[in-house]
Amino acid sequence: MSIQVRNLQKRFGDFTALANVSLDFPAGELVALLGPSGCGKTTLLRIIAGLEQADSGQVLLEGADASDTHVRERQVGFVFQHYALFRHMTVFDNVAFGLRMRPRSTRPDEATIRRKVMELLELVQLAWLADRFPAQLSGGQRQRIALARALAVEPRVLLLDEPFGALDAQVRKELRRWLRKLHDELHITSIFVTHDQEEALEVADRVVLMDHGKVEQVGSPEQVYNQPATPFVYGFLGSVNRIHGQFDAGHVRVGDDRLPHSPASHNDIRHGSDVQAFVRPHELDIVTDTDSRAGIAARVDRVLRFGSSARVELDGVDSLSGQRFEVELPDSRLYALDLQAGQNVRLLPTRLAVFESNPGLPGGKTA
Amino acid sequence: MNAVVASLPGGRTSSQTRFERNSATAEQSWVRAVVLTLALVFFGLFLLLPLIAVFVEALRKGLEVYWTALADADALAAVRLTLLTALIALPLNLVFGVAAAWAIARFEFRGKHLLLTLIDLPFSVSPVIVGLMYVLLFGAHGWFGSWLAEHDIRIIFAVPGIVLATVFVTFPFVARELIPLMQAQGKEEEEAAVVLGARGWQVFWYVTLPNIKWGLLYGVILCNARAMGEFGAVSVVSGHIRGLTNTMPLHVEILYNEYNFAAAFAVASLLALLALLTLVIKTWVEHRTHTSGHRH
Repeated sequence: MSIQVRNLQKRFGDFTALANVSLDFPAGELVALLGPSGCGKTTLLRIIAGLEQADSGQVLLEGADASDTHVRERQVGFVFQHYALFRHMTVFDNVAFGLRMRPRSTRPDEATIRRKVMELLELVQLAWLADRFPAQLSGGQRQRIALARALAVEPRVLLLDEPFGALDAQVRKELRRWLRKLHDELHITSIFVTHDQEEALEVADRVVLMDHGKVEQVGSPEQVYNQPATPFVYGFLGSVNRIHGQFDAGHVRVGDDRLPHSPASHNDIRHGSDVQAFVRPHELDIVTDTDSRAGIAARVDRVLRFGSSARVELDGVDSLSGQRFEVELPDSRLYALDLQAGQNVRLLPTRLAVFESNPGLPGGKTA
Repeated sequence: MNAVVASLPGGRTSSQTRFERNSATAEQSWVRAVVLTLALVFFGLFLLLPLIAVFVEALRKGLEVYWTALADADALAAVRLTLLTALIALPLNLVFGVAAAWAIARFEFRGKHLLLTLIDLPFSVSPVIVGLMYVLLFGAHGWFGSWLAEHDIRIIFAVPGIVLATVFVTFPFVARELIPLMQAQGKEEEEAAVVLGARGWQVFWYVTLPNIKWGLLYGVILCNARAMGEFGAVSVVSGHIRGLTNTMPLHVEILYNEYNFAAAFAVASLLALLALLTLVIKTWVEHRTHTSGHRH
């Protein structure tokens, strides 16, 4: 089932949780809502489920306005961060709950329920735990039971609120692979909330990045990682070097240094305005020839040689003192450079993304 | 509230003994001896001795006198009235308590703090004032006195007044027991139940109630003990009519004032037995809460 939200607004007192959010979730996709805590992602999920009421705006389930549909009629499956398993019921009774709560006319008989529940427990590979109580299970097992319980009512949508947030790293990795596999089998429209970028990029078909109640970018994991649309996305996804400067034709001026950029992609930025430039660590090259006027000056602080590529940490000098840079180089390149701690070098970006610091304000007046 | 403190789970024994046996953390032995002696002497003098005295006095003139005192028509009427009062007050406070705790633990609304304070009011107001309040409201010269007289409804110096006063003084027990419990448990399980299609009463019956049942039972037991033992508020509104509006505590007082000590203590021993029974059930419930709390 497809889900659309239109112009959703939600405030909690003075805090804006959602500021005019509109999104499309196509049928059958697994979408991640990604953002820092307090960005409104959980609120959005709860509004879609019907557990929270938006101040204004609409939720459309399969094109029909669901704003007045009660939670229990929306046919959503919801998985809570802390599992919310019924602690006084066995695993079996937990999974059977949704079926047993149905009105008598549509309630399956106990034999059918038993078969259905055992099928689901097989699906989450935990049939052998049917008679245990939630407290006797590990965190990962509990979350899989919670998922089985949510699937028991044959939901049209699966909503997961930080499903792996309470688990340790090892189990988390295993479970997200498992969730992806499960989704490929069931193809049920799913939305999951996470603050873990790796999780979102690895599991989801599409990623929705949110900050301060607004949608910053929507795209495939590749798109959002390789072509971040806003400074927030750049800063939030992966590590990045952020450089402040002034914009002019063909360059970003940083103190006395100049960084070239491709003007064609930034023709909406006024000349002279304050900008932030973003460079990924692997998009920076190190030049040991300090007489060169290209790039910006920096001093080598530490060289970390482990993993598949080497990392170099540098300190800014002159007008950029206090700033840290991170560069990722292939081992061979690092070997050729033969860097020493304390050595003065220049950093040359191969790709530079530039954003206005105060878009909307007339630029160039602050400096 | 002692009830809340007492209901904190035990199960610290292992860490306690470790703490005590470790020479680095153990108290000096004389400190322990002094504290222990103080506590035991206090307990013996002020709690155990009076309890024993009640039974000794009750049986001083022999079992026969004891049974006669209990079989007396007025004594039996007092027992019946006490049971009836408790039987009415308990379900009422069960419903009020659960509703109040539910409202406070699950919803945000204006005046929540006021409601919390009001729930505690019966604890902070002297029971005699409570009785007096009802006399002022429903008594012959009270606000609604003439209206009640016209319609031939008797509240003061009658059973309804006794029930009202008892309900008032026992109101906080159930709510006070449930509020911290429900707040600690949160509403996620209930939300999960709603998403799974459960209706309001199904959520309450299958999810909320099983989670709070031991706390609820604990509150009901305390509520019952107080309902049966209440003296001050009931004394003001009852009118002390023998065989009609005397509860057990009031009956004990009357017998005592008539120098009928054996009979007074005989009825008092019933109340004492009731208290002991309450303690036993309370301990059992605490044990259950603890073990089930441990499992979860």
